[in-house]
Amino acid sequence: MTLHTRSVAELAAGLAAKDFSAVELAQHYLARIEAGNSALNAFVTITPERALADARRADAARAAGRAGPLTGVPLAHKDIFCTDGIRTTCGSRMLDTFVAPYDATVAERLQAAGTVLLGKTNMDEFAMGSSNETSYYGVVRNPWNPQKVPGGSSGGSAAAVAARLAPIATGTDTGGSIRQPAALVGISGIKPTYGRVSRYGMVAFASSLDQAGILAPSAEDCAILLGAMAGFDPRDSTSVNTPVPDYVAGLRAPLQGVRLGLLKEFLEGGLEAATGALVQAAISRLQSLGATLVDVSCPSLPLSVPAYYVVAPAECSSNLSRFDGIRFGHRCKEPRDLLDLYRRSRGEGFGAEVKRRIMTGTYVLSAGYYDAYYLKAQKVRSLISAEFKQAFTRADVLVGPTAPTPAFDIGAKVDDPITMYLNDIYTIGANLAGLPAMSVPCGFVDGLPVGLQLVGPHFGESRILAAAHAYQSATDFHRRLPPSFT
Amino acid sequence: MSLTRTDVEGIAHLARLEISEAELPVYVASLSKILAFVEQLNAADTAAVEPMAHPLEGEVQRLRPDTVTERDQHEKYQANAAEVAAGLYIVPKVIE
Amino acid sequence: MSSVAGRGGWEVVIGLETHAQLATKSKIFSGSATAYGAVPNSQANLVDLGYPGVLPVLNGEAVRMAVKFGVATGATVAPRSVFARKNYFYPDLPKGYQISQYERPIVEHGSLEIVLDDGTRKAIGITRAHLEEDAGKSLHDGPTNASGIDLNRAGTPLLEIVSEPDLRSAREAVAYMKKLHTLVRYLEICDGNMQEGSFRCDANVSVRRAGATKLGTRCEIKNVNSFRYVEKAINYEIGRQIAVLERGGSITQQTRLYDAGKDETRPMRSKEEANDYRYFPDPDLLPVALDQAFIDAVRATLPELPDEKAARFAQSYGLQAYDAGVLTSSRELAEYYEAAVRSVGADAAAAKLAANWVMGDWSAFLNRDGLEVGAAKVSAAGLAGLLRRIIDATISGKIAKEVFETMWAEGLEADAVIAAKGLRQITDVAAIEAAIDAVLAANPRQLADYRSGKDKLFGFFVGQAMKATHGKANPAQLNELLKKKLAP
Ligand SMILES: [Mg+2]
Ligand SMILES: [Zn+2]
Repeated sequence: MTLHTRSVAELAAGLAAKDFSAVELAQHYLARIEAGNSALNAFVTITPERALADARRADAARAAGRAGPLTGVPLAHKDIFCTDGIRTTCGSRMLDTFVAPYDATVAERLQAAGTVLLGKTNMDEFAMGSSNETSYYGVVRNPWNPQKVPGGSSGGSAAAVAARLAPIATGTDTGGSIRQPAALVGISGIKPTYGRVSRYGMVAFASSLDQAGILAPSAEDCAILLGAMAGFDPRDSTSVNTPVPDYVAGLRAPLQGVRLGLLKEFLEGGLEAATGALVQAAISRLQSLGATLVDVSCPSLPLSVPAYYVVAPAECSSNLSRFDGIRFGHRCKEPRDLLDLYRRSRGEGFGAEVKRRIMTGTYVLSAGYYDAYYLKAQKVRSLISAEFKQAFTRADVLVGPTAPTPAFDIGAKVDDPITMYLNDIYTIGANLAGLPAMSVPCGFVDGLPVGLQLVGPHFGESRILAAAHAYQSATDFHRRLPPSFT
Repeated sequence: MSLTRTDVEGIAHLARLEISEAELPVYVASLSKILAFVEQLNAADTAAVEPMAHPLEGEVQRLRPDTVTERDQHEKYQANAAEVAAGLYIVPKVIE
Repeated sequence: MSSVAGRGGWEVVIGLETHAQLATKSKIFSGSATAYGAVPNSQANLVDLGYPGVLPVLNGEAVRMAVKFGVATGATVAPRSVFARKNYFYPDLPKGYQISQYERPIVEHGSLEIVLDDGTRKAIGITRAHLEEDAGKSLHDGPTNASGIDLNRAGTPLLEIVSEPDLRSAREAVAYMKKLHTLVRYLEICDGNMQEGSFRCDANVSVRRAGATKLGTRCEIKNVNSFRYVEKAINYEIGRQIAVLERGGSITQQTRLYDAGKDETRPMRSKEEANDYRYFPDPDLLPVALDQAFIDAVRATLPELPDEKAARFAQSYGLQAYDAGVLTSSRELAEYYEAAVRSVGADAAAAKLAANWVMGDWSAFLNRDGLEVGAAKVSAAGLAGLLRRIIDATISGKIAKEVFETMWAEGLEADAVIAAKGLRQITDVAAIEAAIDAVLAANPRQLADYRSGKDKLFGFFVGQAMKATHGKANPAQLNELLKKKLAP
């Protein structure tokens, strides 16, 4: 059995049985990155020394009888998580040489769990994008077809896992940035409940929407990782102090009697027929496994995209004000005066999409427009949230497509922000309402993967993971590898 | 909502972003489009709705005990700064 | 320039915004120390520096202090208050926004009573008090065309206290500011150190025709860091505005800076363009929820407040309202005074004597040496020891001043100084009479003049007799005996 086709549980078992060492495993993945990354551009920074040091430590821990379920398991971090001593670029020229002097809570917890860091993955600049085309470090290619985008913003993490350059990777999801790329590259990805995983050390895009999560081949892998990442963090005021359940044990919950809610609005909004058919088939499969189906509706859901494109830019315009060329980040050459320092450092450091969103956000918060845009969007957000709450009185898990289409051509949507934004039409609702949601592969259209989305109520991660696991126990889409990366 | 060049210049100034002459019309067009797009929100009846600033209702701010937990690490923190002198971050002259 | 309310048919309207640094050990959103005067940037951690990815967590003590201020001013403490971001770019503002409270402050609708020059009392409304973080400092003293940024102060908790525009003159503004200063120190929520910027004041000043109901256009004078300068800055500004209006001009709403050297205000260049702060609720912080039990628990920690204490002093110690006000102007001073009185024995004469000494020589020496009450060279017990010797006529009031000076300089007890210098007052009638007789014998011409009607020479004889006793003769006795001897 080749190492890179193993799941996290299988890797853990192999390490425990001493079939291979953590160092051997790290070397295997480093070699795959070496061979495969140039075609994908999935990594911004590869950290072989760190990986081998982590691996040696993991092997030593195992020899000393101190190994946990993730000891020696390699992973990659989206380059939005601060890592002490390793540069964190956020896909931006602004942070090209930025080395954080601290670890994000997610990075710290996963390191404490004994994982081995392979490197930092490419992403849309400051997580603003749905195609990984806005990165300063260039576009990431879809492992299933190099002409296609991998989705975004966690496109590097998605491509890396899909091509098995890493067995698992972290990501962040503000409007679909874990689920949509997971769908487009045929892997599983979970965005937990807002507040479930600490945001400390994650470079902020839109603070009330951002949530860290996982991209992995299977729901089971997601469950194992989530258990290590989740939990209260006193450094994040929005972190919720509620116990972390055993997500792996929760996978065994039967699908029998689970009420699936099919959101009427999930079948509208430009859903391509072939994609829709695969999603319908996946839902039928879940029914055949014992779930029941109810029709539910969130009438305001079509307004989630416009609401998001007010709230997220507003928060980002403020969050990104700290990049001023003074304490860190890009500084322009020879500023004439203070204003010039600000304007040129920021003008040069940020790419076009980031500037567009900062300006959108600046505008919607400005005097005379706040009520019409920002406050209105926050009210619509309330409506959407209430409608989801209502839907969860009738359904346990909401199901639907993750994205309206499979992966699209690189360059196809870059000039039209609205078309690009509409990629996230099915995913944004969960962010606005803070709900846990995941995407699992459910088939292929013309050789390109399609994702099924599952959405749970607040802190209902176990429910969606169990449903996804039941589905994956009966299907093998999640086991398929892109032909060039077997 | 259609923005003018002057509007976009004003926004860019407020956001401290230098926008080149060539980029300006592109932003005028795309920002106008985005604003027109988000105006769909007007369709929603929100007369009786409270704005939601945060996805978790009912959660309230936790209070930290008043203890000093930090030590001086300014040299490490200043390693990312473009210009530092005598422990100070250096900027072009600030006029009050 | 002096200017008073109502001058030339103009009415002055002033509102003050006061920033009080809260006396917490750590910052409002981080665990960095707040101590003043540290090595630049040594007390600025990742949160204070606005590093990418870091998040604020609210200091509970800052909240408690704000609530304490609220209950002390009879204000409403909000069961839910919200932090917002105030967005603007400035090098001393690391995140590009200040975390403050905007639509929903923690404290609203309080009031504070001031005493006007004519002795009447006036309630000044407190519109609101909100929590926010302080900014860092830009230092411009270098030789180059650059500024240096020290972010040690960034994130220090501030309570911004906004008054209603109830103040009608610079004097009233200063009275309000002093009262507020007294209060925050009583509450032990702010050290009140104005030199270090712990207590800073911005004044909104406008004038209007007497009787007008609409407010005039106001100017904000920023960061004036002493009571004296607040008064001068406001008076300058009143004069300036009236002059502009009387010339037929109009006032431009502006932020102005007071230049103490030139005694004038001038527009701030950095505030020339209209601000658009784009306030919105800070998504990194949740609403601050306070229940009644918390508020009541804070209320239970309130000390006796300045007005209550002054009323009690006036009542128990028979002091004039003015003196009671002075003695309660700081908690330390009031405690010092009260300790001295208790030690002497609290009859009305002793209390009055103690008040005179505390407000007189003792305060003068304290000011001369630039000391805080706690560092006074003569303790309350020490002062009481001196007062006791005045009351029991061991020394005269005049000698007491000399004793006090030595006590202060050498840290000695009154009795030790009196003994060492032999200053014990002479009350022995025979001894005083002997001294008088000697003086009269030595000055026959003056004696003759006195007796022929030059009454003024009485003082001369007192002086000579005192000199002969080295100032130690009991003055009352000396007077009495001298009168007898001089009688024809
Ligand atoms: Mg203010
Ligand atoms: Zn303020």
